[in-house]
Amino acid sequence: MSLTHIFDVAGTGMSAQTIRLNTVASNIANAESVSSSTGETYRARHPVFSVIKQQVDQDGFGGFASGFDSAAGYGVRVDGIIESQSELRQKYQPDHPQADENGFVYYPNVDVVAEMADMISASRAYQTNVEIMNTAKQMLQRVLTLGQ
Amino acid sequence: MAISFEAALGIHDKALAFRSQRAEVLANNIANADTPGYQARDLDFRQVLAQATGNGDINLKRTNGRHLANANTAGMGAELQYRVPMQPSIDGNTVDLQIEQAEYTENAIDFQASFTFLNSKLSGLMRAIKGE
Repeated sequence: MSLTHIFDVAGTGMSAQTIRLNTVASNIANAESVSSSTGETYRARHPVFSVIKQQVDQDGFGGFASGFDSAAGYGVRVDGIIESQSELRQKYQPDHPQADENGFVYYPNVDVVAEMADMISASRAYQTNVEIMNTAKQMLQRVLTLGQ
Repeated sequence: MAISFEAALGIHDKALAFRSQRAEVLANNIANADTPGYQARDLDFRQVLAQATGNGDINLKRTNGRHLANANTAGMGAELQYRVPMQPSIDGNTVDLQIEQAEYTENAIDFQASFTFLNSKLSGLMRAIKGE
């Protein structure tokens, strides 16, 4: 029954969006974490999503789309978290305790406005996945009442 | 007289299976709404219906007994198709969350309709057995 697969698929979606929210929270929390060298400064982190492609149908007898099922995928996966390589913000603040010998401090390359937009997008996508799971649950519960 | 479930239930059990299959494909689209390069997929109801009712003669004609049967004749092998995006996105993702959500909801309603038909078929059989 492929309805039970929906729970797995929506579950992977929710988990991926949670990781995305997590990186957003980390980025915003560290938006002002300064340091005195480019190597030590926090860099914005972003998750990379990819499709889970399952080669063999676990049911063994496929469905309508048997043979093509593996192409559609079975949810989403986080391949990894990458650090943004864009330029760090360099500020001349000679009185800052973290300033280097030339008087510069380095701020993280976090774009707070973009992170906020990302946060809203992630929470909306999470919400949608919850709705999908709820609807699938209702469909399954109806099937259980068949013949009553 | 034996009851043939195939004849008694008609197309509704197949419709129900198709709806749950399609729900899975659409759920996968929604889960991958932010995956770069993912292309939204869908199943075509018309194609599946044609194959289920035997109207869609898409299989090769077998003029000799030794010809290989098409794999599609056994099950209903509907191909997953790609959705045509309304507007291109820079990361190559073709999922439009609103469209997918609407399709998913519509599919769930159609599932309930098929379920209701199937349920009344079964309760009809039950009434016939009890002789009410």
